Amino acid sequence: MKKPELLVTPTSVSHIDELAEAGADAIIIGEQRYGLRLAGEFSRSDVAAAVETAHRRGMNVYVAMNALFHNDKVDELADYVAFLAEVGADAIVFGDPAVLLTVRETAPHMKLHWSTETTATNWYACNYWGRKGAKRAVLARELNMDAILEIKAHAEVEIEVQVHGMTCMYQSKRSLIGNYFAYQGKVMEIERKKYEKGMFLYDKERDYKYPIFEDENGTHIMSPNDLCIIDELGDMVEAGIDSFKIDGVLHTADYITEVTKLYRRAIDLCTEDRERYEREKEELLAAVEALQPPHRRIDTGFFFKETIY
Amino acid sequence: MLVKNDRISEIVDGKRVIVKKPELLAPAGNLEKLKIAVHYGADAVFIGGQEYSLRANADNFTIEEIREGVEFANRYGAKVYVTANIYAHNENIPGLDDYLRALEEAGVSGIIVADPLIIETARRVAPRLEVHVSTQQSLTNWKAVQFWKEEGLERVVLAREVSAEEIRQIKENVDIEIEAFIHGAMCSAYSGRCVLSNHMTARDSNRGGCCQSCRWDYDLYQLSDGREIPLFSEGDAPFAMSAKDLNLIRAIPAMIELGVDSLKIEGRMKSIHYVATVVSVYRKVIDAYCADPDHFTIRDEWVRELDKCANRETAPSFFAGFPDHTNHMYGTHSRKPTHEFAGLVLDYDPETGIATIQQRNHFRPGDEVEFFGPEIDNFTQVIETIWDEEGNELDAARHPLQIVKMKVKRPLFPYNMMRKEN
Ligand code: SF4
Repeated sequence: MKKPELLVTPTSVSHIDELAEAGADAIIIGEQRYGLRLAGEFSRSDVAAAVETAHRRGMNVYVAMNALFHNDKVDELADYVAFLAEVGADAIVFGDPAVLLTVRETAPHMKLHWSTETTATNWYACNYWGRKGAKRAVLARELNMDAILEIKAHAEVEIEVQVHGMTCMYQSKRSLIGNYFAYQGKVMEIERKKYEKGMFLYDKERDYKYPIFEDENGTHIMSPNDLCIIDELGDMVEAGIDSFKIDGVLHTADYITEVTKLYRRAIDLCTEDRERYEREKEELLAAVEALQPPHRRIDTGFFFKETIY
Repeated sequence: MLVKNDRISEIVDGKRVIVKKPELLAPAGNLEKLKIAVHYGADAVFIGGQEYSLRANADNFTIEEIREGVEFANRYGAKVYVTANIYAHNENIPGLDDYLRALEEAGVSGIIVADPLIIETARRVAPRLEVHVSTQQSLTNWKAVQFWKEEGLERVVLAREVSAEEIRQIKENVDIEIEAFIHGAMCSAYSGRCVLSNHMTARDSNRGGCCQSCRWDYDLYQLSDGREIPLFSEGDAPFAMSAKDLNLIRAIPAMIELGVDSLKIEGRMKSIHYVATVVSVYRKVIDAYCADPDHFTIRDEWVRELDKCANRETAPSFFAGFPDHTNHMYGTHSRKPTHEFAGLVLDYDPETGIATIQQRNHFRPGDEVEFFGPEIDNFTQVIETIWDEEGNELDAARHPLQIVKMKVKRPLFPYNMMRKEN
């Protein structure tokens, strides 16, 4: 049975070897100037080093250019794309069609992964971006298992599904944290604090805590729980889903490495010895639970949830 | 920052006039609102059908109603666009072909869409429909706009995050119609990139289920060595993502000079009083500017008029630059408009000076009311006697939609409105 790729997010160049040991097949990296919500910040020289390390370990490297770009950055996209082609990145992750046009003009052989976080919701749209040049579609996190399997059945592109970690609920261009400090009159705190990590919004009504952070791309609000479906991979493996992603944004390198090991085991068992996977998957789930930081629970996201509208 | 562009204005008899007048595009949540919007001066309206449209809660049009709306609008030379701007799921695919064909047959001018599924299906099955890219695509740069131009689409609605300068650059780089928001509520997130309601209420925001979770209160904390430190003090208003409503009345001249093709008012859920008030103000602003751009000033009365129906504070958002904290609502969520809709004029008898009015909110003899409408200058008067349809004198008009008669001091026309101060 075909093994889906295990795609993970290193926090730094030095983390990559560890993730290779842990069993990752591919990594996604980048810098916030072009990419959204990354686990680590990779400058150009980091990207070059990361590609070298990853390729030496037999891993693919995908670089994030999935920000929503304003005119001021359009002209520099070509230079970054050319750089990525030169250092041998294996694919560019994009959402904004400006990137797609730039890649066509600058590096037509570069692979493209279409990823807009929330809008890859049906198989037709995935194939549409496939016809425009994408090799892969990264599905919206708000889909349930049946919808994912149906998309895969109709897809003419590779399908990537996030199986673990935080998901983004909201991205605003606005400086919401900085503005709140300004409103409170804490002028001194704005520059010092607004980019700090570890902030969250507390929702009294639901007793949920939503991580929130600000960066060059605006304000991001994240899911209250970490998605984890390490024990529910069977149907997707059978359907031939091409890539399983562990998103490590706002988690530590150790956490990402340990979770990667567990998913490596889950994928191997699921493809090589399905019965044993079924027997051991509860243990794998318990092992993930044991890794969770105190304030982060796990749940199954939208995989088994009905949403109405 | 006005760009002098000869295609936009010309000198006629020694005076500059605007020759490229933008379309004024208004929301219409149902047939009555459509008629009001068109009657009050909208060049086009956008409506939602019963499927594929965000605003699952708006009463939304049946195909029959769409046909009737198109006929009404056409009599005024106005266009009807239908929003079909959901991000569809697999289960929404069946039925789409028939729906789009029905829209085309009903005489709709175009559809406003975000999902490539709907874009390409429309091209295939209903080629006479113009296709406009919705703001749900969050188009923020000229190159993204160029992509959709190359796909053959007629118009794009820009992301609300672009500034005046960015609109100018987009116009310079790409020859495509641009639609931009000028007034109304807005997402504080990049449109299409918010799923708060999915998480908090299991309703899919990108298919119309948004519960405006961004307007709720949250408390901001910081986690530090396992301790949760509040980043607010006793008495501080809670953290807010909520954005003030957009109001670009002062920017209309700039938008016209930039060559923006369509100026869009948001709010399909708003009342007919809101639609009438906002549309008539912007109608006046656009007409006055286009007639004599070099001697134009914004009149205070227009600004005050908008306040008469505004239930939230307003701000210019990104158009003028990067929004600071004064663009957000902290602690408060709404405010009372200065005025309240009291009645809709159905008829007027010039012989007797008596108007027939449908009640929309309580009023009684002695109340001071204001009348407005496209045919008249606003005027106020004190209500004298009120009669019911049988001619019985009433102490008040207390029932919703009740038909009453009263003497008015100046001529009125059907669809004129009566409001009173709050
Ligand atoms: S919750 Fe707010 S930002 Fe999100 S979709 Fe709704 S209105 Fe827009």
